Amino acid sequence: MNLHEYQGKSILKSYGVSVPMGIVAYNADEAVEAAKKIQEETGSDKWAVKAQVHAGGRGKAGGVKIAKSLDEVRKYADQIIGMRLVTPQTSKEGKLVRKVLIEQNIYYPGPEPVEEYYMSILLNRDHGRNMVMYSPRGGMNIEEVAEETPDQIFHEIIDPKVGLTGFQARRIAFNLGLSGVAFKEMVKFVSALYKAYVGADASLFEINPVIKAADGKIFAADSKVVVDNNALFRHKDIAEMRDIEEEDPMEVEAAKYGLNFVKLDGNVGCMVNGAGLAMATMDMIKMSGGEPANFLDVGGTADAKRVEHAFRIILKDPNVKAILVNIFGGIVRCDRVANGIVDAYKNIGDIKVPIIVRLQGTNAEEGKEIIDKSGLKVYSATTLEEAAKLVTEVLKNQK
Amino acid sequence: MSVLVNKDSKVLVQGFTGSEGTFHASQMIEYGTNIVGGVTPGKGGKQHLGRPVFNTVKEAVDETGADTSVIFVPPAFAADAIMEAAEAGIKVIVCITEGIPTEDMVTVKEYLKDKDSRLIGPNCPGIITADEAKIGIMPGFIHKRGRVGIVSRSGTLTYEAVDQLTKEGLGQTTAIGIGGDPIIGTTTKEALELFMNDPETEGVVMIGEIGGNMEADAARWYKENGTKPVVSFIAGATAPKGRTMGHAGAIIGGKSDTAEAKKEILRECGIHVVDSPADIGRKMAEVLGK
Repeated sequence: MNLHEYQGKSILKSYGVSVPMGIVAYNADEAVEAAKKIQEETGSDKWAVKAQVHAGGRGKAGGVKIAKSLDEVRKYADQIIGMRLVTPQTSKEGKLVRKVLIEQNIYYPGPEPVEEYYMSILLNRDHGRNMVMYSPRGGMNIEEVAEETPDQIFHEIIDPKVGLTGFQARRIAFNLGLSGVAFKEMVKFVSALYKAYVGADASLFEINPVIKAADGKIFAADSKVVVDNNALFRHKDIAEMRDIEEEDPMEVEAAKYGLNFVKLDGNVGCMVNGAGLAMATMDMIKMSGGEPANFLDVGGTADAKRVEHAFRIILKDPNVKAILVNIFGGIVRCDRVANGIVDAYKNIGDIKVPIIVRLQGTNAEEGKEIIDKSGLKVYSATTLEEAAKLVTEVLKNQK
Repeated sequence: MSVLVNKDSKVLVQGFTGSEGTFHASQMIEYGTNIVGGVTPGKGGKQHLGRPVFNTVKEAVDETGADTSVIFVPPAFAADAIMEAAEAGIKVIVCITEGIPTEDMVTVKEYLKDKDSRLIGPNCPGIITADEAKIGIMPGFIHKRGRVGIVSRSGTLTYEAVDQLTKEGLGQTTAIGIGGDPIIGTTTKEALELFMNDPETEGVVMIGEIGGNMEADAARWYKENGTKPVVSFIAGATAPKGRTMGHAGAIIGGKSDTAEAKKEILRECGIHVVDSPADIGRKMAEVLGK
């Protein structure tokens, strides 16, 4: 589950990670109030106004501004709230901004230059262990850094028996070139950050940039936090942070019916049992001359109700020109799936999109017979190859 | 011969009396798997499906001599179930459970390091040696004893490959579903190595997907050590970056996670890569020269 920057920072803060003081605002008045409060508590006379959406690349898209006065706070909040933010991580239509985070300015003047670093915590799959990945080159796309200057990226693999050790935390601070106050602050910062990562059952922390302020203080200037969905059962407080408005409405609806659905941009919808077979089916659609419109795993039961919900969700997409149903019946019998498809089809009524049904496995022949005799405009197949050919044919006939 | 499990495997079912455990245990018994009992804490001393129920794995091992275990315990308790099986000396632990928190699996992986146990899964269909032992949730009837070993991160896609091999008349030795999670017990490379050392297996189907380095690791090992042909399909060529495709481990982070990158490495290492999942069986028939 993805979190907003302000939500991620609230988790960090609760574990003692240093973050700038910030308050969320839903309109310009609230933004100005927030700015005043921050000024009272921190003395900050400049503020960051940051769009809160589930997408990176906000700064370049105009979603992050530095306000030098309360008037500017109002102006920028007004500008940003309600805008559609288009970044490399959003669709072409962009994401509607519903709230902004007003934050204390941490680029204040002082004896030392302000520095920006990169830091993330994530699973190293090869080791089956978490790792801290960090770089003195902050504020940049880390994949670009990895390509241009791979020697500027460092890793600390963490032994789960003892967690991040003192010497590892110190090594991180040394590799970032720190000394004095900033060194001590960084050791504290990264130790708290790792505790937060494990404590929250996160699957990604990306803090880009981590800031060394002019007085040597360390701050998480940004936060991208992803929490392990499978662990939400033991984090009710975090589960409540879910912002459904940030998710694709079709995906939200699918999840309600226990369907695993990912919306894509193609013209052939698909409904498959099993994640691996679903991906393979998408690949096959592409090889047959189409583009997959979605990933959809109906799960092991594939009964009439689920099939009907799945059809309805796929059919909502006006780009869909054909639907491929690919079920490998194991425990679930193909004749039952076929009856489910026929029932769902009749319940929905007027389906204009051609449907190709490929049933294989337990009672596949009986299933095909049910489809063939149903009188519905459904093409049936038993092998993957036949199904692929039918996709090509159906698309050709539509041209 | 076959790998890891056969008709002599003495199998325990953890989460025996639950609905999943009950259903699949009866299917396994029907297939001919030697199920010697099960474990459900608090229900020890009872009989279920004509087999004894125990409170702990240790007790069950002491009483039955079980060496293999299959886990149907809910996600919140599954990591503990794996560790309990390892502590009791179970040699092959097959964890079917989907949805175990990653942090729990980090702990499990560490716990297993000094144990003499092999974990298969979690989030997998299990392992089957055709006509001998079905330890998992796969449909038994599509399997036919034969010449090809299968290692796969997917469930239904494995069945697809099995079915194609059966229809080509090649059949299978053992099919291992290693699971779709970011942290799993047995890796693609380890399974491949087992098949290379199994005299009955003549060729291997290796089914991978986007995310992680397991297929590339297996391929590099194969380049140096391979003795039998391998046919491979990598799912997810059309998957978008940064989205989890059903399996928690199927996500493209960087460039090496993509299907294209993996296929290229596999080809360089001498593996026969098919682009369409429909071609797995045919390709294997071709390289084995029927």
